[in-house]
Amino acid sequence: MSVLTPARGPQAIFRINPVAKLAATLLLAGVLILTIDWVSASVALACEFVLFCWAGLSLKTFALRTLPVWIAAPTAGLTTLLYGQAAGQVYWSFGLVNVTEGSLELAIATTLRILAIGLPSVVLFVTVDPTDLADGLAQVVRLPARFVLGGLAGLRLVGLFLEDWRALELARRARGIADRGALRRLLSQAFALLVLSIRRGSKLATAMEARGFGAPVRRTWARPSTFRGREFALVGLGLAVALLSVGVSVATGSWNFVLT
Amino acid sequence: MTPAAAASVSGASVVARGWGWRHAGRRGWAVDGLDLRIEPGERVLLLGASGAGKSTLLHALAGVLGGDEEGEQRGQLLVNGAEPTAARGQAGLLLQDPDSQVILARVGDDVAFGCENLGVPREEIWRRVHDALDMVGLDLPLSHPTSALSGGQKQRLALAGVLAMRPGLLLLDEPTANLDPAGVLDVRDSVARVLEHSEATFIVIEHRVAIWQSLVNRVIVLDAAGGVLADGHPDDVLSLQGDRLAAAGVWVPGRGSGLTVPRRETRPASLSTSVPGSEPLLRTPGLAIARTRTDFVARDIDLTVHAGTALALTGPNGAGKSTLALTLAGLLKPAGGAVLAGPELADGADAEPIRWKSRQLLTRIGTVFQDPEHQFVAATVRAELAVGPRALNQPGPAITARVDQVLQRLRLDHLAEANPFTLSGGEKRRLSVGTVLATRPRLLVLDEPTFGQDLRTWREIVALLDELLREGTAVVAVSHDTDFVAALGDREYHLTGQAGPGVTSRAAVSR
Repeated sequence: MSVLTPARGPQAIFRINPVAKLAATLLLAGVLILTIDWVSASVALACEFVLFCWAGLSLKTFALRTLPVWIAAPTAGLTTLLYGQAAGQVYWSFGLVNVTEGSLELAIATTLRILAIGLPSVVLFVTVDPTDLADGLAQVVRLPARFVLGGLAGLRLVGLFLEDWRALELARRARGIADRGALRRLLSQAFALLVLSIRRGSKLATAMEARGFGAPVRRTWARPSTFRGREFALVGLGLAVALLSVGVSVATGSWNFVLT
Repeated sequence: MTPAAAASVSGASVVARGWGWRHAGRRGWAVDGLDLRIEPGERVLLLGASGAGKSTLLHALAGVLGGDEEGEQRGQLLVNGAEPTAARGQAGLLLQDPDSQVILARVGDDVAFGCENLGVPREEIWRRVHDALDMVGLDLPLSHPTSALSGGQKQRLALAGVLAMRPGLLLLDEPTANLDPAGVLDVRDSVARVLEHSEATFIVIEHRVAIWQSLVNRVIVLDAAGGVLADGHPDDVLSLQGDRLAAAGVWVPGRGSGLTVPRRETRPASLSTSVPGSEPLLRTPGLAIARTRTDFVARDIDLTVHAGTALALTGPNGAGKSTLALTLAGLLKPAGGAVLAGPELADGADAEPIRWKSRQLLTRIGTVFQDPEHQFVAATVRAELAVGPRALNQPGPAITARVDQVLQRLRLDHLAEANPFTLSGGEKRRLSVGTVLATRPRLLVLDEPTFGQDLRTWREIVALLDELLREGTAVVAVSHDTDFVAALGDREYHLTGQAGPGVTSRAAVSR
């Protein structure tokens, strides 16, 4: 199993068109970044946790995949707490550090917001197969096939780049230039990887062309990508969560539009 | 299998009239003055010295040479009476590098890719996908990840992708050059099965003639100076032009490599040390190797490497030959046991090569990687060769002298100012050996030094290594190439991939 061919499970979540997952995530994120308050984020997060139960992930996978979000959110929160806009009562002050009532509130809001946007994004995308996403983007969203398929094929090269990088590293030790100047070596190695990847890319382009890619014919699709009931349902769920959190936030008077 | 389906396509004709192609930015024409006629259904082996424009012709027939910005065309080249670019999918092209021909992540999707581009209806696509996979003998589920395929399987997958397009002209550009012997046979057999059931016109480029000889009924030899050098029935062309072809780097069956390696004295304890039965340069008590920390490949490897002798590491794909070579070379850490350098090799440094500084490796163990491009770090051939001596802080004049010497020895002097990445395959290989020779290591470790090389480069590499062995350098080489092992290997270490590996001792082969 790899990123390119993730496991496919029996749950409905695996069969939902990735475009719907993308839309639901963008919708939720788009609404939640309009305000910085802890109420809207908490409401969204609460709803999400209920929905995660149907996400098709075991608790272990969930914990493992979302770990970066769990680390990023409190880190961002802590930074806001220490250096955020000072307002209200000052709790603690040391040099540039200013922990105040305002920064504490802001910190909590920030942490919750990152969780509320980050967790569903990760959860939905863990079950996305890049091939299905490309099919969806081309057939449902109608992005240009050239662009979408080029990107998809290029994605496969990433694995080869990792092998190249390892070989480049060993080769530099063998060439006697791995003792000094770590930074300079890293840069030159990165450049070498760039050269190799361009060559791999152009070879791949030739192979694709040899298979008729870019032929002046209307392309057909071997795998149908459909957008039906369950896709609309998922987008609807995203919208519902977004609206509910905004509604509660406005009703409790804590709506805090970012641009004011 | 449905042979009828593949046979439903009739072969395409090929006509060239004074055809030539010049790549953008080049002064010379890659192909020029070509007059040629290939009838529908003919099976052609295309030969010629490297640089004769064989690949250019095949790319042109497949319609992938590109437009005016890629180069300039003169004369006429027609497939079925039309410009090749006008009828995409009429010609199917299989290329050399297995890795760069896999396009999608799953087997079925990858085969379907070409059909999709040609606008084939969905139900028909999947029918063709099944047919094509049957035809090439890839018995795998459609959802099988393409990243898990071996080189030979990847080539057969690419062939299936080409077949699914139902081309009237099947073009193969050295399809087996990067494969191990088992992979070569698999691909060859797949192609044989396809040809049996197809009327498609077939053109293959390959310098190892024996692989395809029985499948073709015509051999065309391109002249590096332009035009056609020889054209006719395989037996006639090969017997009449044999010498010329061999000189141009073609492996003509029944002629061997044309290189005689005289018997070397292979006393493990060479004269270079006074102590009788002297110590080996390198030994590996209880060595275990691993690609990553936990992924053990082989254990209990007890090897010795002696000055002036060649050790060949052989075995199937994935048995760990490269891993073993890199471990012996002091680049990968042993997963168990140890790699120990004798005092002669260590020369005052630590006994374990993996603990040496990068600079200390230069005069002790030189490694030539399978892909030369991985080890290039400079902008010109000259600078590339100077990297090692410079890292040793040698004085300027000494570096220049040594670099000139290596340039000459490897016949790269006319390319001294060229960028290493722009060299041909054979030149790149010679340069990668040269970069290592520049610092005169006592032990040379090479990973597949003759992979995909034509006969000319092959002879040069074998002759050079033979010379170095006579001078007392030790050589460890990973190789699938039985000719190479027979020509140089004093001893062969066969990694089986599963059971305990063993050393086969053998005398130096002289023919």
